[in-house]
Amino acid sequence: MKRDYYGDVKLFSSGVTLFWFAALIIFLLLYPFLFENYYVYMANYIAINIIVVVGLNLLVGYTGQISLGHAGFFAIGAYGTIVLMTLASFPFLLALICAGLIAAGFGFLLGLPALRLEGPYLAIATLGFGLTLTTVIGRIDMLGGRQGLHAPDLVIMGHHLTTDRQFYYLAMIITVLLVIIARNITKTKVGRAFVAIRDAHIAAETMGVNLVLYKTLAFALSAFYAGVAGGLFAFVLRFIEPELFGFFLSIFFLTMAVAGGLGTVMGPIAGAILLSFLDLELRNILNIPYVGDWLRQLSTSHFSLTGVSNIQFIVFGTILILIMLFEPLGLYGLWIRMKKYWKTWPF
Amino acid sequence: MIDFIQMIISGIAVGSSYALMALAMVLIYKASEVPNFAQGEMALLPVFIAFMIIYSYGYSVFAAFFGALVFALVLGCCLEFAIVRRAKNSNVLGLIIITIGLEMILLGFVSWKFGADERVMPSFPISSYDSVMFGDFYITTIDLLTLIVALVIMISLFLFFRFSKFGVAMKATQQNETAARLMGIRTNRVKMVTWGISGTVGSVAGLLIAPVIMDPYMMWDPMLKGFAGAVVGGMTSLPGAVFGAYIVGIVEHLFGGYVSMDFKAVVAFAVIVIVLCVKPSGLFARHYVKKV
Repeated sequence: MKRDYYGDVKLFSSGVTLFWFAALIIFLLLYPFLFENYYVYMANYIAINIIVVVGLNLLVGYTGQISLGHAGFFAIGAYGTIVLMTLASFPFLLALICAGLIAAGFGFLLGLPALRLEGPYLAIATLGFGLTLTTVIGRIDMLGGRQGLHAPDLVIMGHHLTTDRQFYYLAMIITVLLVIIARNITKTKVGRAFVAIRDAHIAAETMGVNLVLYKTLAFALSAFYAGVAGGLFAFVLRFIEPELFGFFLSIFFLTMAVAGGLGTVMGPIAGAILLSFLDLELRNILNIPYVGDWLRQLSTSHFSLTGVSNIQFIVFGTILILIMLFEPLGLYGLWIRMKKYWKTWPF
Repeated sequence: MIDFIQMIISGIAVGSSYALMALAMVLIYKASEVPNFAQGEMALLPVFIAFMIIYSYGYSVFAAFFGALVFALVLGCCLEFAIVRRAKNSNVLGLIIITIGLEMILLGFVSWKFGADERVMPSFPISSYDSVMFGDFYITTIDLLTLIVALVIMISLFLFFRFSKFGVAMKATQQNETAARLMGIRTNRVKMVTWGISGTVGSVAGLLIAPVIMDPYMMWDPMLKGFAGAVVGGMTSLPGAVFGAYIVGIVEHLFGGYVSMDFKAVVAFAVIVIVLCVKPSGLFARHYVKKV
């Protein structure tokens, strides 16, 4: 029950949420011991996507500004971290934060033209920004050019993190921290300003919300999240090249946010988990039991076997359209509906 | 100087296919108020249908192209009828996401069916290496063809909007949908056919690009450049879109020739960001001020 302001901003609204949060933390701690290596790798991949999507949600879901260029910030984070570590020999965490700040700087730059743009104009501007960043990064020799870059050894306070399991805890700590920060931001003055801008920017301005400040802040914040996630991503793959950060990555991020439910905290997390899982599974679609054999037959008789991995696009596209047509709040909307159904049952 | 003029000619030639895509996007934007990210793929599928008609069934190129254009018309109508119309209550972001979803489905389907390999449009009469000389300047035959076809389409669209009853109905729907409906125009049907026409115009661009390069990602670049051109021109103005697309084509070639070949592909976006900073609604649109 929310009775006052402090009840509203509290991190855990009741003992039940606190219990589930504690259960989740314990599960996350035990996770590497319960599952095999591949699933730990998958958890790292999911954690990174969660960071990006939570950041993207601050921009798209809360501030109402569309961005089709987040792959660019992601790339800045990945390249920035590696370059700062190898050329400037920064320690990892410092490099990660600096790379995030660099990405935030670029986010601020993108936020400036975004002040005057909306709708399709903003979409094409952010899209072009992302594509330009990726292309420019791909042509700079210091950044490995088309050959890409290898990640250096990851050392944190004297510990070498070499396996996915060791990296897992680092990724999880950063993810949980960033998610909690994002959730708290939405409950502060800044978060309320974002929502006000989304709902009616003219009304917000007349109420004294500084549009210039908060719109650019939303872009910078969102870019910071993407940058940090990119820095972690570089160490999950251990090798990065410009082709990884194409337009489809930006779309993939947006898909995850939309599928989960824009403008909520838990929704995008659920969306990121579901779609990252699907992404990794559908890459080897022919190995899925039952469906795989059928698809192999179908592909050889009517389609082509080489292009079978493109079913991934069909699945994602269908998810996007179905969600937009039937449940614009995404997974979060489904959850609310379910909850309502059980609470009011049998009415 | 000769180089300069040659680059402008090449830019105009490339700009013609961008202009067709830009026209297609503006048509849909005016009808449904959504930048249609599926435009490229709505052209891609008919191109591969034409490929299949020639390759598997052995019809002539003209029959196949005609079939592909009819298919594009039907495809556009179907997409609007089956999907876009159902999302009436969505905001701009929702509609953009729906078109991105359509784009992914169509792209996934084409690359599943045909693989990601590069294909060659079979028995197309003009080779991509032929060219025509005008004094000191040359233009490849296929580019010349694209230029002529683009001009023909622009003129016929102009005549269509100016003189045909259906064209006027389309204009009315775009300007004020409620008033148009009150005047007895079936706005839903008008929108559906707009999508069909837009798909056809886009497919013409696709079919003219296919003899040069043909793989599942071939429409990606023309679509983005067409979109960029449309935005430069103001997204709501057909002549503006054409003009913007030619600007994008010319700037791209001049930049490629004088500054750097490497960044040729992205200079268009730098141009639009600059243009949008100065005129947030493009060069040709009146700035739209929302009433509070």
